[in-house]
Amino acid sequence: MRIVIIDDSGLRATVLEEGLREAGYDDIHIVPPRGGFVARLERMAPDVVLMDLGSPSRDTLEEMLSVSRALARPIAMFVDQSDESMIGAAIDAGVSAYVVDGLRKERVKPVLELAVRRFNAFARLQTELDEARTALSDRKIIDRAKSILMSQRGLPEPDAYALLRSSAMNQGKKIVDVAQALITASDLLGGGL
Amino acid sequence: MTDLRIAFLPLTDAAVLAVAREKGFAEEEGLKLDLVRTTSWATLRDRLIFGQVQAAHMLAPLAVAVTLGLSQQAAPLSAPYKLNVNGNMLVMASEFAQALDPDIVARLDDPLGTAHDFAAAIGLWKRKPVIGVVHRFSSHAIMLRYWLASAGVDPDRDVMLRVVPPSLTVEAMRAGEIDGFIAGEPWGSGAVDAGLAEAVAIGERIWRRGVEKVLAFRTPWLEENPDGVDRLIRALARAAAWCDDAGNHEPLAHLLSSPRYVDQPAEVILRGLSGAIVPRVDMAPLTMPDFMLFSREATPFPWRSQALWIYSQLVRWKMVDHSADNAARAAAVFRPDIFRRALADSDVPLPGASMKLEGAVASPLAVGSKRGELTLGPDRFFDGRVFDPERIEDFLAGF
Repeated sequence: MRIVIIDDSGLRATVLEEGLREAGYDDIHIVPPRGGFVARLERMAPDVVLMDLGSPSRDTLEEMLSVSRALARPIAMFVDQSDESMIGAAIDAGVSAYVVDGLRKERVKPVLELAVRRFNAFARLQTELDEARTALSDRKIIDRAKSILMSQRGLPEPDAYALLRSSAMNQGKKIVDVAQALITASDLLGGGL
Repeated sequence: MTDLRIAFLPLTDAAVLAVAREKGFAEEEGLKLDLVRTTSWATLRDRLIFGQVQAAHMLAPLAVAVTLGLSQQAAPLSAPYKLNVNGNMLVMASEFAQALDPDIVARLDDPLGTAHDFAAAIGLWKRKPVIGVVHRFSSHAIMLRYWLASAGVDPDRDVMLRVVPPSLTVEAMRAGEIDGFIAGEPWGSGAVDAGLAEAVAIGERIWRRGVEKVLAFRTPWLEENPDGVDRLIRALARAAAWCDDAGNHEPLAHLLSSPRYVDQPAEVILRGLSGAIVPRVDMAPLTMPDFMLFSREATPFPWRSQALWIYSQLVRWKMVDHSADNAARAAAVFRPDIFRRALADSDVPLPGASMKLEGAVASPLAVGSKRGELTLGPDRFFDGRVFDPERIEDFLAGF
């Protein structure tokens, strides 16, 4: 069974490919949805195409599927249209699957289930990464605001932080927002570091 | 409060949904709208038919196609409300447009002459021109086919129509993957602004009142939730009136420019809203008051004859076989009955009929309305054809 993964995110495609290989599928190809990807896909004659539901290129792919003469059979979406929970899980995870009509659903279902799990795992990874990045940049902003307070008002570090925190609480804002405002004001007044 | 999830694509004509949510019109009807930004029509369609959203901002021909089983999984859809008419623009690379009338105003005013010039330009171009359309079942593709065919161009043979989602059109121009495209705003204006293309035809000049996006529901859900549907339609009708008010165009452009909606510069979005269209990057805007309509002239009313006109074009291009049953199913996608029920106690004018001749009104015409005064704007096709929904075969035989 030849599986083609169409994905912009190299990392997600790799995560999915690894999972499929571990499960014993070995005819796997990754195609980024750019330029002439449709022609490449036609040459590959896949049995299953997996794609990010959020990719704008799905319309281009579907058009190809509906007009292609190179691909022998029409390709339908999802493994089993009547399996609503499976479809719901796939849409929630952001997976769309195109499957050559006639391929037995018992053969394809594990592929889709695996794709759903891997997409979900990737999304969690992405969220954690984003949170880590945000936390890092938040800390940098707060550190800079603290040092402004320390140098301009001659405060020791714990007091500078306490001042930021109490201002944030009084204004009902996040500490990082108060810190950012302080940095902006300091820059405007020419007192930046 | 009733929660409703509605999928949309980042386009200027999602305005009515955005305004219903942001300006309190939905809230006044006891609705909390969750607008789900989606980047492909395929995903919007799947979210709707598999119940991830209750309604969607959908291409009118796609609603007909899904109902007829032409676009992946078949599902009966109902469109009780039109979100806009008009708003499309065909733009082509300036190098290609050189072969057309250099007087852009004259070019846009004479779609028939320009179609013939375009036909001649095809042979001069370095390859078969590749024209981006947003979807096979889009008003844009149907309009482009109608226009090209008027000059003897076979859209399936003489040009290459390539499906490019709206948000990728400008990038596809930049990469040289397409020579031009037809899409809803702000994408045409975006390509003009980037100096990549110039206006070649305006949707409103091809069909003066062209059906564009509809609010689509799964039919079973629509039938089971009359209260939610009616409240949503009432909220949208008031939001649409707000959107048509010229005084609101600037704040509306700013609202839509947000990353939650269209995520493009407000000044570019404003052009389509206010009908001040810049046809080429070095030109002053042209005034086109009917470039895009949301409310006036009963714009939102889903005439069944318009669903049938769309159907006639799908038959014409061999996307579906004509049968009495298919025609009836296509016509039934548009739901004037629901529109009238929802707005029975409002001040929105309600047409008495559900079908009319399409393309027959040359100048503003007062028509029968159950309440208030209703004047229909000119709705002619540029080639002067008139579509009689009772005589589809005769209409098709004329092409």
